[in-house]
Amino acid sequence: MSAAQDIRKTNPEVEITSSEDIAKAKRKKQRDPIKVVLIVLGIVYVALLLVLPLIYVLVQAFGQGISAFTAAITEPYALDAIRLTLLAGLVSVLLNTIFGLFAAWCITKFKFHGRRVLMTLIDLPMSVSPVIVGLIYILTYGRTSPIYGVEQALGIQIIFAVPAIILVTVFVTFPFVSRELIPVMLGQGTDEEEAAALMGAKFFTIFRRVTLPHIKWALLYGIVLCAARALGEFGAVSVVSGNLRGITLTMPLYIETLYNEYQYSAAFAVSSLLVVFAIIILFIRSYVEYRGGKETENDQNAEITKKRRGRRKKERQEPQTVAAEDSPPPTSTPATASATTAKE
Amino acid sequence: MYIELENITKRFGLFAAIEDVSVGIQEGKLTALLGPSGSGKTTILRVLAGLETQDEGSIYIDGECVDGVPAGKRNIGFVFQNYALFRYMTVYDNVAFGLKVKKRPKAEIKKTVMDMIELVGLSGTEKRYPNQLSGGQRQRVAFARALASDPKILLLDEPFAAIDAKVRAELRGWLKDMIARVGITSIFVTHDQDEAIEVADEIIVTNSGHVDQVGTPQEIYLHPETPFVAKFIGENISVENADLLKAFSVPQGTDEVLVRPEAVYVGSEPAHPNDPVFSGEVTDVSFRGNSIQLKLRYGDQELISFLHDTSCDLTAGDAVDFSVSNVFACKDGNVEVLTA
Amino acid sequence: MSNQKASTRSHARANRVIPGFGISFGITVTLLCIIVLIPLGFLIWSTLNLTFEDFIKTITSSRALASYAVSLSCALIATLINAVMGTVLAWVLVRYSFPGKRILDGLIELPFALPTAIAGLSLTALTVDTGWVGSIFANWGIDIAYTRIGIIIALTFVGFPFVVRSVQPVLEKIDYQTEEASEMLGAGRIRTFFSLLLPEIRPALLAGAGLSFARCLGEYGSVIFIAGNTPFQTEITPLLIMSQLQEYDYAEATALALVLLIVSFVVLFAMNAVQTRASRKTQG
Repeated sequence: MSAAQDIRKTNPEVEITSSEDIAKAKRKKQRDPIKVVLIVLGIVYVALLLVLPLIYVLVQAFGQGISAFTAAITEPYALDAIRLTLLAGLVSVLLNTIFGLFAAWCITKFKFHGRRVLMTLIDLPMSVSPVIVGLIYILTYGRTSPIYGVEQALGIQIIFAVPAIILVTVFVTFPFVSRELIPVMLGQGTDEEEAAALMGAKFFTIFRRVTLPHIKWALLYGIVLCAARALGEFGAVSVVSGNLRGITLTMPLYIETLYNEYQYSAAFAVSSLLVVFAIIILFIRSYVEYRGGKETENDQNAEITKKRRGRRKKERQEPQTVAAEDSPPPTSTPATASATTAKE
Repeated sequence: MYIELENITKRFGLFAAIEDVSVGIQEGKLTALLGPSGSGKTTILRVLAGLETQDEGSIYIDGECVDGVPAGKRNIGFVFQNYALFRYMTVYDNVAFGLKVKKRPKAEIKKTVMDMIELVGLSGTEKRYPNQLSGGQRQRVAFARALASDPKILLLDEPFAAIDAKVRAELRGWLKDMIARVGITSIFVTHDQDEAIEVADEIIVTNSGHVDQVGTPQEIYLHPETPFVAKFIGENISVENADLLKAFSVPQGTDEVLVRPEAVYVGSEPAHPNDPVFSGEVTDVSFRGNSIQLKLRYGDQELISFLHDTSCDLTAGDAVDFSVSNVFACKDGNVEVLTA
Repeated sequence: MSNQKASTRSHARANRVIPGFGISFGITVTLLCIIVLIPLGFLIWSTLNLTFEDFIKTITSSRALASYAVSLSCALIATLINAVMGTVLAWVLVRYSFPGKRILDGLIELPFALPTAIAGLSLTALTVDTGWVGSIFANWGIDIAYTRIGIIIALTFVGFPFVVRSVQPVLEKIDYQTEEASEMLGAGRIRTFFSLLLPEIRPALLAGAGLSFARCLGEYGSVIFIAGNTPFQTEITPLLIMSQLQEYDYAEATALALVLLIVSFVVLFAMNAVQTRASRKTQG
């Protein structure tokens, strides 16, 4: 036995085997003070900027007691606002989910001219100020528009009424579902769909059996984000609402009205409903990310996590050659992607 | 011919992936489409499958023109390069998919699927998901899935590319054996000449969008028809030494002369009585397991030879006699095999 | 020319392998037109009704110019704060493990989940001089609510998640070993950060900051409560548009909206260009 091995045996602390370990150990030792400072800084910042306003809403909502809270949120005008908000939210979610699915399918499964342009146009609503959204709908359906004559002939009112509220809500949440789906579906490629089509499967079968399982978590998250924004939209709705209490006030607008009338605790009581909804959304997001992450891991099979290793043992599978060998070389996707860029 | 491609051209933008390709494929044979990357072999396969549509030309399968027939109706089994297994379906559901789409009766589906899974030797894995299988097992699933709907033709796109070297050798034999048992006309794409030679009955060599040569592995290997095929298949060394050229009376105007290591035989007696013998020097000896690779020098000419007797005790610097049995003379895009 | 045609045709045909192109393309384009493009077209159409002189006069009125200054300066400062703190948080979330990390990570998205009006309301109530936070600063004579500081805080809240979420995945991908290599070569940690990590995350940082900036420029809901809306002092451009709308002054509102829209698009375009260049650089 050599001397070096001897030392290692008697003194376990010398069991640093590679330069990597040395660097890691060094880094660990060095990082400590900065690590603590950065973590504390991050937590304090988030606590002050994000959490404090949240807590404040809840404290104010229940500041006057539970009965005041219940009274504030069961007031008929409050209930009307809740109903209208839910309606606008529901329509937006439905429409934008349908749109998002078709748009993502069209953009990720096919190559065609103008694909880039289409992608840009879909994201356009993200960069339009809510006030401008309200304005353009007034210009489109309001008194100055040629469409106004048609509205009058049909006896419908769009601006300063419920239809405009729904329309602007759809606009501001327009790309929310497609934005979540497109990256996932691009990453997935088109191999599986091609294989299914080759076996004679039809559109709906391919979508439901092959594609949907890949995108279900992204879809759920897109829907949740869409709902959150739809229920909370303020600027655009405010422009087209006309502020008729009980008719065209959504929850955020109703909250503003209460606030302007100095009914602070009622305003915060109604706000707290949306705050609770926001917290639920964050939980769903965390869950979706956790599930999504886990499944991507499974997909790529790059590493078997500890949890799965346990399960594998139970199944007592034959020795497997996993890891690098199994991860499919990602040749096809980048190649097609660059081909499209070249063509455009 | 069972499958006929007539003057097929396919362009991507301005780039012609394949141009005016005409080739026939025999029924019941296992054919390899062999060529370097970018030579159009995969495009030929995809056009045949209906995954791409040719810009010009026609395809006939079993005498019928399939030009307007969509991919799903051509009755072709396709094994994708990365298998494209449905990741969210079990092995059973993967294999059953094509049958379910065709709305076969349940009992029939079950029987066929179980038979296929047994055929590929994966019984017991029906309930697993693709990511719980090894690379080799995934390939078997892809194979079973492609065969389950009883296609007329099986197409395989680089079937061994995603598998590591050790398993690959084993799978080659397995696939050849399996296709022979099923007796289905099959075409596979590969860039690996060893793979094509070992597995295929017939090889189609593609080169920058054209078909250079069609033939059995022996024909392709021993009688390359174009300089590209001569260089692409096997190991080659370019011959420039005047004595060597003279020994084979290489004609005037030859572009390039190539010699294969196996045509170079080390020993004072020539391999064939008429082969010219030269005296050279060993410059390098390297052990290759089942053979020894010798690097020889004759004048300014480097040559390579393999000794299959690994007990040889030659070392660098030793003087040896060697004979050369044949060379390839490339002239005007044709290749002539010259013997002394 | 004929080649061009041939390739176009082959595209359309090659697409047929996977079904559903016609229907998905049709629905996508139809909805896009109805919801987005036609209304935006009406904005352009309405601007055309203005004379050029009126248009220029409107968008260069002193009140409009002051609103641009407030909007741009506040959005810029808020974006800078977010760029720095966003990078810090992305770093903390990627590189360290500590109790409560999952919760911290989950909270980042709060500004997307919480209606901005409620955030504005709550931030205002906190920072008025009788509020929990405002009263502390009032002791030193600093007003937050109804000043530009208030606007900056509201915009910081709104734009917060963008930088964190774009930098985070890039940091995750960076190999520890490059940092180690740099350390082994004797570079200090600050140097390692600026010469090694910053160039790696720069495209993502710029993209996140660009998104945050664009969002801040257009933000309305959270600012309206905290800004106080004094013309020339704390009136951002969206607020000015809103007050013109409330006076039914559509022509002026339209002109200003066009300016704001163009600035947002320019920011977005510049950001895309930066990203394209960056990806070209790394992909060779």
